[in-house]
Amino acid sequence: MTEQDQFEPVIIGFTCNWCSYRAADLAGTARVKYPPNVRLIRLMCSGRLDPTFVMKALASGADGVLITGCHPGECHYIEQNYKALRRYQLLKRVFAQLGIEPQRVKLVWASAAEGVKLAHEITTMVEEVRALGPLHWGASNGREVHDHLPTEDMELPEEAEVMA
Amino acid sequence: MTGPFDSASKSPERIGVYVCHCGTNIAGVVDVAEVRDWTEKRLKGRGVIIARDYKFMCSSLGQEMIEKDIQKLGLTRVVVAACSPHLHEQTFRNACQRGGLNPYLSELVSIREQVSWVHTDKHAATDKAKAVVSGGVERVIKNEPLEPLRVPINEATLVVGGGIAGIQAALEIADAGFPVYLVEREPSIGGHMAQFDKTFPTLDCAACILTPRMVSAGTHRHITLMTWSEVENVSGYVGNFTVTIRKRARYVNTELCTGCGICQEKCPKKVIDQIYEAGMGYRKAVYTPFPQAVPRYPVIDKPNCTYFSKGTCKACEKFCPTNAIDFNQQDELITVQVGNIILATGYDLFNARRIPHYGYGRLANVYTNLEFERLSNAAGPTNGEIVLRDGKTKPKSVGIIHCVGSRDRNYNNYCSAICCMQSLKFAHLVHERTGATVYNFYIDIRTTAKAYDEFYQRVLEEGTLFVRGRVAEVTDAARKPEEEGRLIIQVEDTLAGKQRRIPVDMVILSAGLEPRKDAKETAKLFGISCSADGWYIEKHPKLDPVATMTEGIFIAGCNTGPKDIPNTVSQGAAAAARVLGRIQQKEIFIEPVRASVNQDKCSGCRICNNLCPFNAISFIEDRKVTEINAALCQGCGTCVAACPAGAISGTVFSNEQVLSQIDGLLMLNLEYMKEAPELVAV
Repeated sequence: MTEQDQFEPVIIGFTCNWCSYRAADLAGTARVKYPPNVRLIRLMCSGRLDPTFVMKALASGADGVLITGCHPGECHYIEQNYKALRRYQLLKRVFAQLGIEPQRVKLVWASAAEGVKLAHEITTMVEEVRALGPLHWGASNGREVHDHLPTEDMELPEEAEVMA
Repeated sequence: MTGPFDSASKSPERIGVYVCHCGTNIAGVVDVAEVRDWTEKRLKGRGVIIARDYKFMCSSLGQEMIEKDIQKLGLTRVVVAACSPHLHEQTFRNACQRGGLNPYLSELVSIREQVSWVHTDKHAATDKAKAVVSGGVERVIKNEPLEPLRVPINEATLVVGGGIAGIQAALEIADAGFPVYLVEREPSIGGHMAQFDKTFPTLDCAACILTPRMVSAGTHRHITLMTWSEVENVSGYVGNFTVTIRKRARYVNTELCTGCGICQEKCPKKVIDQIYEAGMGYRKAVYTPFPQAVPRYPVIDKPNCTYFSKGTCKACEKFCPTNAIDFNQQDELITVQVGNIILATGYDLFNARRIPHYGYGRLANVYTNLEFERLSNAAGPTNGEIVLRDGKTKPKSVGIIHCVGSRDRNYNNYCSAICCMQSLKFAHLVHERTGATVYNFYIDIRTTAKAYDEFYQRVLEEGTLFVRGRVAEVTDAARKPEEEGRLIIQVEDTLAGKQRRIPVDMVILSAGLEPRKDAKETAKLFGISCSADGWYIEKHPKLDPVATMTEGIFIAGCNTGPKDIPNTVSQGAAAAARVLGRIQQKEIFIEPVRASVNQDKCSGCRICNNLCPFNAISFIEDRKVTEINAALCQGCGTCVAACPAGAISGTVFSNEQVLSQIDGLLMLNLEYMKEAPELVAV
């Protein structure tokens, strides 16, 4: 595969306002480089992560989802990152049943001081997902492809509801 | 939940998009003009009616551009693609407000920290910037107009910790005329500073400069002093905290006690004082830690009191001239209402026993820095005589080891900041009082504050010897006759480039500073964050060093990291200034990020009920629905994510906003272009 047609995955990242979003800011301030395949969404807390968001991102064309939060014990809202952890564990089981490779959904703890760590985790994940190839759940894949809309894929499995 | 992206519906909004160059910070990597053109053409159907780029959007001209567009073009939504929202979200919200648009109808998306600064491929970076803008546009469509919450500020302040930082903070606030509750765990305020003999570099006597402050704090009409007390519970939020304080039983009626000290004289039970005397001296079972203690009332140390353990004695009660001893006293739980809280909880000393090869606890004449402070203190166990553990022999040579437990990857990586100056102070005191030869074993000498380096020069001139190198071992195993009966310091002298064995009579370990053992529990109690070490995290390490991420909770002194006295005092005063600013405003505005329940949708399943760490969620039994108290809600959104009925919604981060942003980031919004093919070919 030449460099031109190398598969470029699109990964949606969910970050916590207090730690990992600030880690991303810090990576920027420190000019730490990582591949441009990750697009971040800010939430107030990893506990805000509705499992539906992950489903939605994959169903809409993302090849992977990165979930980040404060280290256990350091949650700005005391303990909500543990709830994110629980949901993540359940999500992983659901994804296994749906035949999605476990590397596509990753949970990373990154404090506001860990810009380098976050950049490293992003880099690793991009390479892992690149190796897996496209997910083909959604149509657009985050690029300007206009074939069809993934309407039928949007019906969420029931597990997602139970997860919360 | 929203369904799949609805390409048929066009957004009714009138959106303005502003792409910032940030000089060359963004424009150097991202093709800003292309992002603007692309946005204007490809997102037209999503409601973007104008897209502009500008050198510095945050400048007054940039902000005016937004204001004018809102007024002239009737914008109903604004997206700025520039730096991180943590930097300028408020700036652009204010600009929107001035232009007449609700500030929460704007969105700042980061194409600097998350794009131009972290990517090198210009083409890929420009593409990502487009996706980020597209995400912001979709999100902003779902934004709702909001009003910040106004919260009245209770004038009272809680200061936790009665060391010099807490005393300073309490005095500043009380002097301004506002009530302060000063809570201290030990029987007296004063903290570590009260244990010291001299303070570097001026060699002021610590007690002489501290005691007047302690007395002021103890007698101030606006300060309610609670020693021998600890905070048990904190609830509420900025402006309106409810704090429960456990005032432990002193077994002394402070209404009657005059502080005469007869009880301490008569008490037959001697106890080694591990706190104030650092294990170097004794106190009684009924005691004040030191003569200048504030308040002057003693406490009875229940586990060590003969009466409490054996049932007889009561010597203190018999001799007390005012009948102030009260063995039946119980702990009291006191609830206070405060608007702001300052944590000045200080530090613990690194436990030198953790480095066994330095011999502390095994070799008698190895001292810690705190022990030496007591040894050299005129009010200490030896009345300031610097002698060995036998209590009479003066040392002829003394070795001071720097960086014990600091700058050492086996223990703590950080520099403890005070050890260099403290060690130089010790060298000076030993020199002055005993004439002994003093060796300093250091890695680097860090004397950076005012008059510090001059002090270093002075100690050098006094003849103190400096050996650069980390000490390998302190041992009593003599190899040569002159080493017999002495402590031998084995060190690599990195300047001379050879191994040395230096026999001395006394070794002082400059143990570093560590977070309080219970720092993490305290952080949890007050809802602030701390690093993996246990140091509290500032809102901003440079620009907001005494605030925390939790509104209304401030930090000062060594609980954020090692500090010398001048810095600690500055932080105490700074935290007080921040609190006073708050009190003077009388009310503050807080972000309206809050969850609420649509009770028509709530099935009463109670899944959310146990999720809230702030107790904002309650269940209404008779109607079988859940309710969220907006005043207690901190806006984390965990309950929103958990509600299986979708009955809970959260402002600023609603499901609709996040799901739309996903659509935007994945450019599903471009699907509508099928209806306008003339625009597809960009």
